[in-house]
Amino acid sequence: MQKVIREKAIELLRSGKVDRVLGWKEGEFFYDQTPHLFLSPEEVERTFVYNGFSGANLSKYLVKEGLKEGVVAVFLKPCDTYSFSQLLKEHRIARDKIWAVGIPCEGKLDIELLRKMGIRGIKTIEEKGDELLVSTIYGEKTVAKKDVLAERCANCKSRKHVLYDELLGEEGEVLDSARFDQIEKLEQMTSEERFAFWQNELSRCIRCNACRNVCPACTCEKCVFDNADSGIASKAPASSFEEQNFHIIRAFHVVGRCTDCGECSRVCPQGIPLHLINRKFIKDINAFYGAYQAGENPDERAPLTNYSTEDMEPGDVFKKGE
Amino acid sequence: MEKEALIPEIGIVTDIRIDTPDVRTFRVVTPDGKKPFVHIPGQCAMLSIPGVGEALFSITSSPTNTEFMEFSIKKCGCVTSFLHSIEPGQYVTIRGPYGNGFPVESAFKGKDMLFVAGGIGLAPLRSVINYCRHYRENYGKIDIVYGSRSMQDLVDYNEIVEEWCKEDGISVHLTIDREQPEWDGHVGFVPNFVKELQFDTNKTAVLCGPPIMIKFTLAGLQEMGFKKDQIYTTLEMRMKCGIGKCGRCNLGDKFICKDGPVFRFDQLEELPDEY
Amino acid sequence: MKSISLSNLPELLSAIAAKEALYLPVDTKEGAEYKAYAEGDSLSLACNTNRSAKDFFFPQVEDMAAFKVEGKKIEIIDVRKETEDFVIFGARACDVKSFEVLDRVFLADPVDTFYKNRREHSTVVALACSAPEETCFCSSFGIDAAEPQGDVSAWIAEGRMFFKPNTQKGETLLSALSALLEESDGAAVEKAKEETRTIMGQLPLQNLPTEHFKPEKLMEHFNDPKWKELSQACIGCGTCTFVCPTCQCFDIRDFDTGNGIQRYRCWDSCMYSDFTQMAADQPRHTQLERFRQRFMHKLVYYPANNEGLFGCVGCGRCLAKCPISMNIAKVMKALGGDK
Repeated sequence: MQKVIREKAIELLRSGKVDRVLGWKEGEFFYDQTPHLFLSPEEVERTFVYNGFSGANLSKYLVKEGLKEGVVAVFLKPCDTYSFSQLLKEHRIARDKIWAVGIPCEGKLDIELLRKMGIRGIKTIEEKGDELLVSTIYGEKTVAKKDVLAERCANCKSRKHVLYDELLGEEGEVLDSARFDQIEKLEQMTSEERFAFWQNELSRCIRCNACRNVCPACTCEKCVFDNADSGIASKAPASSFEEQNFHIIRAFHVVGRCTDCGECSRVCPQGIPLHLINRKFIKDINAFYGAYQAGENPDERAPLTNYSTEDMEPGDVFKKGE
Repeated sequence: MEKEALIPEIGIVTDIRIDTPDVRTFRVVTPDGKKPFVHIPGQCAMLSIPGVGEALFSITSSPTNTEFMEFSIKKCGCVTSFLHSIEPGQYVTIRGPYGNGFPVESAFKGKDMLFVAGGIGLAPLRSVINYCRHYRENYGKIDIVYGSRSMQDLVDYNEIVEEWCKEDGISVHLTIDREQPEWDGHVGFVPNFVKELQFDTNKTAVLCGPPIMIKFTLAGLQEMGFKKDQIYTTLEMRMKCGIGKCGRCNLGDKFICKDGPVFRFDQLEELPDEY
Repeated sequence: MKSISLSNLPELLSAIAAKEALYLPVDTKEGAEYKAYAEGDSLSLACNTNRSAKDFFFPQVEDMAAFKVEGKKIEIIDVRKETEDFVIFGARACDVKSFEVLDRVFLADPVDTFYKNRREHSTVVALACSAPEETCFCSSFGIDAAEPQGDVSAWIAEGRMFFKPNTQKGETLLSALSALLEESDGAAVEKAKEETRTIMGQLPLQNLPTEHFKPEKLMEHFNDPKWKELSQACIGCGTCTFVCPTCQCFDIRDFDTGNGIQRYRCWDSCMYSDFTQMAADQPRHTQLERFRQRFMHKLVYYPANNEGLFGCVGCGRCLAKCPISMNIAKVMKALGGDK
């Protein structure tokens, strides 16, 4: 697929249809790719990659790209198109400046899972069918891809591209995903257990803001946490409560808009499963207002910005907590 | 425990002079009525109101004033707005002195001096001007070019007119940006005024004011034949510690709080243009 | 050289912990982290911890002073306390080197008493690396992972841990533990060092170009057009800064507890847009400028002020943690003329 995508990128640049191509640039070790603006066919040929580690969701960069002159082509995996569609719905992206190319995705791999298997000193990684051949300075290892699949991909919600200008490969379907299983487990905990669970997870937070800055739903020009006038601006946790405060406020700000792309958990340097907070909200919306996934349908109104007589009464929420 | 530079001392504001609609001058002493510490012209101090914040200000008063310290402060941010709301008797915290200061005992000695200031930019220069006045015999002729938006925006106009203007060997050239009925002096921007005045190039020049004023005055002086190593300025940048540790005012291999804020333009040429 | 069988290591750790506070890296489900020793904890053999060891001397948040405000009056309360003695057991060569980088900032006149206090009360037992990772590049900065500095150097070889004191503090620690230690020759250690160096020699980033980053090239590097491309995907978070063992920028803020004001300092990042924001001006408007500042500081500005000592120790945390996998190794290669 990398070959097909490169060819498409080169064709788009050569034809003058686009001025820049947003894709993934190869790194030092196969897995450490950087989102990159390719300006020439030669650059694409030299360093454009697409493989199991092309996990970064490029849609948020389109906010910035849309403000520039000229047209940018972007390659979007199915879940990335959800973010793209949601950003368009929120009028964050200049649509006419973007040429969106949908590309297939077999699920992305999580380098941290490979590390957790004790694999160190990686020299090269080769994808061979369902397996990864990892060559390290300590020897060769073969790993089944499914064992290092990122959580968001193991519980993939959709292989359907919801919005694009052209599509490479076959279109997929919305999947019957098991993504809410872990939420159910959390719901079955007692409130003390649940509190302890989150306390443990969030106490590791270092307030680096990676989750916020990577999040396609976090596009405020000035975040309240950066605004000295907001009264809650802070750079570091003054207490363990403050980290929870940060993450809960952030979750509330993206509720009904989070596409469950999983970037927050992917980038967290402390391995906090932040996506679970947002996914809980998605599950609740489904329960309270009927099935809804932000980003899935560009024309559908979001339940929290819509009113219908079928809506549940606010009091029902309290009853649920009993 | 040994003294910690980041833990401040108490200062008491004993007098507040309203200079312009947005500049006030605060007189600060220690609780026992003394000057907080010894400084050299061009150095700064950290003032704070706990709960509001801490900020760095240049010391406006001259070291030759042994009674108290003065800070001319323009209202523009959080700390300065609060300071503009206080009354005499208010405690503040103070620490310092910070920065290198002007080379009044070395490079400036025996020189004809040209001071060019715009608006609140006079605050750090007032310290060195009054120092040169005090040790008059150590310095040559003094020229002061000072401009502001309006006559009401000239900081401590009284001292300028009543003291500086009346002293031998000091020439004061005032200007305001726009005409005013009660103003019979020069009207126009500082850089143009400096060009009109045409100074001898044997002077040492010191500039302080808004970036745009500095830029055009520097160009004008160079046109006149001044070299960059004859022209000094004092920089402003966000600072938290004042002692070269918090990293905020890092500019190339310098820290403005300790290696500056006073720089010669030939020194600035070798530093990134991020100030 | 003193040594102990690895099977007796728990006794050694208990003995240290009985004497003073002990911190060591332990394995968690999300990788190795430093923690206060509790009975039963075992030393992680992971090459490095998620968070760096700078936390021991320069914690993410610390109180600096307290104020009581009453009407126009202010009272300043010195909240500093003498730190208890503590041992860091198992810091790697890169992190130990980072202490030197931090020392030159915090112990420079006027000394930072918060930092100095912790530093003086610490004893660092540094453990040589035996299984470095692909992200390690300490050797690029002249650090020998097989010969870590610190108050005590330690090695694991042939089922034993070996110790060599480097300072008076190190001597004191080892002599207090002498009942548990045996005298042994250093042959096994020498062999282990050779093995480590052989592995280091195979690491992909062992020889990053450093010779270009001279003070006289400051403006040349600053004006390098490559910064644009290098910084364009940066999301402006503080991950690299916060996991970095040498990043030491901080902010000072006040917090109203409702019962007085606490002045605290916390880590800050030059990658953040408000780092240099002033009421009326912002000298670094774009992420390019902020990004450039971080790398220029480590590679050019800091060495210019510190006899060529680089502000990076090659621990590789930023390589592993950056959300977009942009890092100092890629920057060095790009500016050094590679790629």
